Amino acid sequence: MSSVEIRNLRKSFGTLEVLRGIDLTVDAGQVVCVIGPSGSGKSTLLRCVNLLEQPTSGQVFVDGVELTDPDVDIDAARRRLGMVFQQFNLFPHLTVLRNVTIAQQRVLGRGRAEAERIAREDLERVGLADKAGAYPGQLSGGQQQRVAIARALAMNPSLMLFDEPTSALDPELVGDVLTVMRKLAEDGMTMLVVTHEMAFAREVADRVVFMDQGVIVEEGPPGQVIGSPRQERTQTFLRRVLNPTHVD
Amino acid sequence: MNGEPSTALPRTGGLSPRRRRQISRLVQYVLLVAIVVVVALLADWAAIQRSFLNLDVAREGLPELFTVALRNTVIYTACGYAVGFVLGLGLALMRLSPVGPYRWIATVYIEVFRGLPALVIFLMIGSLPLAFPDLVFPFGVYGMATAGLGLVSAAYMAESFRAGVQAVPKGQMEAARSLGMPHMRAMTSIILPQAIRIVIPPLTNELVLLLKDSSLVLFFGVTSGQVELAKFGNDQASTFANPTPIVATGLVYLLLTIPLGYLARRLEARKGGHRP
Repeated sequence: MSSVEIRNLRKSFGTLEVLRGIDLTVDAGQVVCVIGPSGSGKSTLLRCVNLLEQPTSGQVFVDGVELTDPDVDIDAARRRLGMVFQQFNLFPHLTVLRNVTIAQQRVLGRGRAEAERIAREDLERVGLADKAGAYPGQLSGGQQQRVAIARALAMNPSLMLFDEPTSALDPELVGDVLTVMRKLAEDGMTMLVVTHEMAFAREVADRVVFMDQGVIVEEGPPGQVIGSPRQERTQTFLRRVLNPTHVD
Repeated sequence: MNGEPSTALPRTGGLSPRRRRQISRLVQYVLLVAIVVVVALLADWAAIQRSFLNLDVAREGLPELFTVALRNTVIYTACGYAVGFVLGLGLALMRLSPVGPYRWIATVYIEVFRGLPALVIFLMIGSLPLAFPDLVFPFGVYGMATAGLGLVSAAYMAESFRAGVQAVPKGQMEAARSLGMPHMRAMTSIILPQAIRIVIPPLTNELVLLLKDSSLVLFFGVTSGQVELAKFGNDQASTFANPTPIVATGLVYLLLTIPLGYLARRLEARKGGHRP
């Protein structure tokens, strides 16, 4: 059963074509990692899946519902999708607990007691149950990102989108976030992850997609795409990423 | 120092720069003292005291200066501010709307009401009964004052709110939308609470301006129970042929405006700091 299906997705900003016909499927329970150089369109692809960017053409289906259908209730459709941003985007004026409950109450119509119970469960899941009363500004970047994951989980999404979730973090804080994501994957969450963490992709992903210049260059099991890439562009990219001091 | 004159700093007149600053400062002090002495000698202190600081006349204004005039000033200002706040928020949202006509209407309103002197707007409101003899403002002068002050302050507050909304990072709206909130819900639940915190200092300044503008209510022709500070002071000054009540009125204004201004600057300074 496929959870996400992207068909011939194109996106242009003015005359610049950022996505040039993307076809991608993520099956339920799968983890797909998207890798590629900056400017390759990975983040735009992710943002098109939940329609933060309006695709220029093409279709996006989530659980069989076409999000790109103009008649679809986009707010209802987005509730199936959890999004985690590079910059966390927690609500700075609300406590951690309120960050996780506000959409449950205002969007799903859950009562306060129920929303708080679920929030505490999800904060427990990301290892931050003791931070419920803190404000985002009092947390480290890694903690903020884990709260952002809890906030998305509390909406019971069928798919989680991660947009370079560790790129804005100090290196020593990356591990905690990846641990939470690894646990999510083990629990069977369907995940589409844009990342630069090759070790994570290799270990956790069911499939790895390499994008460059708005197209998918190569995709397959991580052992193949990262371990023994067939395309030259993939090889060049991986050489640079895995061996940053190497000059070619 | 090695005794060699510096070639980088040419000396003029044999004086060091520090010595020149000292002399310049001394001259400024001497000038100041001279002016103060001349003014003190020339001024007719008895007349000044009699006219502007006449305690007997000032006492005649009590307690109405506070119980009537100050009270009305506060009522006019508070009601006008409340209307301006709500109307201004609405105008700011219209100004940011994706619907063109809403933006145009809000833009025209803001430009017109910021471009006109508040007095002209008050004169227009005051002359409305000439055009529509059946028109009766609810609550009489209080209604007219609320309308006048509200219409003026709404235009200024709208611009503050707009700036506040635009100062909230774009990611906040994206995060709210990605949680399934409709645009309007995201605006009211997530963006506006942050925007309003950002604009508290300019909104406090607007309160000070409005407090002063409330003196324009005198152009509506008010009864003795409706007078605010400025009109009250002016009336008393006429009655006693002595300007002391105007001075007293001014002091009461300062009693309100200086603390509010101080508060606004405090809030401004705190901005950007972490909030619990």
